[in-house]
Amino acid sequence: MKVNELFKSELKVINMGLESFYQDMKSQDVSAIHVNWKPAAGGNEKMAALLARMKSI
Amino acid sequence: MNVNSMVRKNAYYDSVTLMIISRELKKIEGVDEVLVGMGTDLNVDLVEKLSLATPELEGITPNDLFIAAKYDESKCTMEQIIQAFDEQINAKQDASAGDYQPPTLSSAVEHLKGANLVQISIPGRYAAREAEDALDKGLNVMLFSDNVSVEDELKLKKKAVEKGLLMMGPDCGTAIINGVPLCFANVLSRGAIGVVGASGTGTQEVTVCIDKLGEGVSQVIGTGGRDLSERIGGLMMSLGIDALENDPETKVIVLISKPPAPSVEKKILNKVRECKKPVVVDFIGGDAEAILEAGAIPCVSLEDAARKAVAALRGEEIADFEGFDATEEDIEAIVEKAVASLKPDQKNLRGLYTGGTLTDEAMKFLGENYKIYSNIPMTPDMAIEALEGEVKGHICLDLGEDEFTRGRPHPMIDPLTRSEFFESHVDGTTAVVLLDCVLGYGSNADPAGAVAESVNSARAKFAGEGKELVVVASVCGTDKDPQDLEKSVNELKEAGVIVMPSNMQAVRLVDRILARVSE
Repeated sequence: MKVNELFKSELKVINMGLESFYQDMKSQDVSAIHVNWKPAAGGNEKMAALLARMKSI
Repeated sequence: MNVNSMVRKNAYYDSVTLMIISRELKKIEGVDEVLVGMGTDLNVDLVEKLSLATPELEGITPNDLFIAAKYDESKCTMEQIIQAFDEQINAKQDASAGDYQPPTLSSAVEHLKGANLVQISIPGRYAAREAEDALDKGLNVMLFSDNVSVEDELKLKKKAVEKGLLMMGPDCGTAIINGVPLCFANVLSRGAIGVVGASGTGTQEVTVCIDKLGEGVSQVIGTGGRDLSERIGGLMMSLGIDALENDPETKVIVLISKPPAPSVEKKILNKVRECKKPVVVDFIGGDAEAILEAGAIPCVSLEDAARKAVAALRGEEIADFEGFDATEEDIEAIVEKAVASLKPDQKNLRGLYTGGTLTDEAMKFLGENYKIYSNIPMTPDMAIEALEGEVKGHICLDLGEDEFTRGRPHPMIDPLTRSEFFESHVDGTTAVVLLDCVLGYGSNADPAGAVAESVNSARAKFAGEGKELVVVASVCGTDKDPQDLEKSVNELKEAGVIVMPSNMQAVRLVDRILARVSE
């Protein structure tokens, strides 16, 4: 199972959302990157759903 | 009073950062009310409720930052409030200055070679889409966000199971992977006990107790609170059990959850029956017989789960722990002293918790013996609504529930909610206050200090009435946590708080005090 590969690897974290969680990773010297996330399509739900569909095609 | 607002289009900041800044801005002299947030429906609603609406705020979107304030013009200006906001936000951003922050998950994957886990805490309505994208990219997911639909959860977990990946959450607050605490978690010694937990502070309490007993954890997998519901069917707990069974570092497995749906309990226990490693099961208040029949070890409390896991690991005798670390004489002396300090009209409990599962544990035990008003009542007539705004009888609250956190951070992050309840609910009829103090990453930098401050002001108020106040607490933390366990315990003790080694021992002590004052 892939999870068991994770247990044997160095944890490398992508953080998306609360920046304090990213700071916590940094303070523990964990390899991490913070995504400067914003709601897709300016928070317009219909447009965001359309974008997601286009991405999956 | 003047009401004014400011909008910055397309400037996105996370909600917790903005809620904490809102609180700071309220301290400016002359400011009566202020709200800083993104233009979400929830915030627009709050603007109305707080009477902060202005024409400028009409038509704002979740991508727009706004500051809305009501203030005394003779004491401060809107410019001052905006300037204070900018100073606060810049200070927070300085902490990440120079770090490249890619705009999307795809670009993050390109930049962080070998990334293997995504931690998601964006607003729930957007979270499922990002989590699915992460799973499609072969990444494990820790989904902290709540307000994700059951349908989305099921879809995500099915996909994760198919791919053999972790899909922890939604609404998953705690996990420790490869020794790294994620979101709200304590810093623990590494060891041979693997945990799968469906309840956040329950998992924190068990793992902290394991650490205090001198053992450590291999992996702590969170599932989110709905995993063992009928709809989700325990998909992540099942995967977690398989992963820990296959993990050579794990010698004993602990499962923590509120009582699962009956069909899911059966499914999980069938898996447990086949597991070759010892399994300790704490389905808080669940069916002990069924657990025994599955060849697993049932528990009477969160602390008991930790003790049994440690005993199983060490090959020691496994027995229920229903007492105290201290001797019976010492406990009686504490009870005696506490009761002697109270006046005859001091009879009531005030449970002011920040941890949900810790509140559950207190309510399950004390609720059997006393009628307690609560937001998780034992019977419908004891729901807090029945108080009708009055403060009376025994009260025990989980202050982390939605009804107390609307528009403000969880009380584990910001102790303000509990401080306010100390002022409003700890009255002259209070015999004993029972509370938790949760340390670890994610939590406030000094929760014990905030409790000590509240206790000291309550004591000052009580002294005016010639009364004393008894406060019993437990600290869910380790000596490796950033807040420092010893410092936290000392802060509480200096404020005269009785600090017990676990939540359950604190609850049992309070039970004894209440029994005596009820006589």
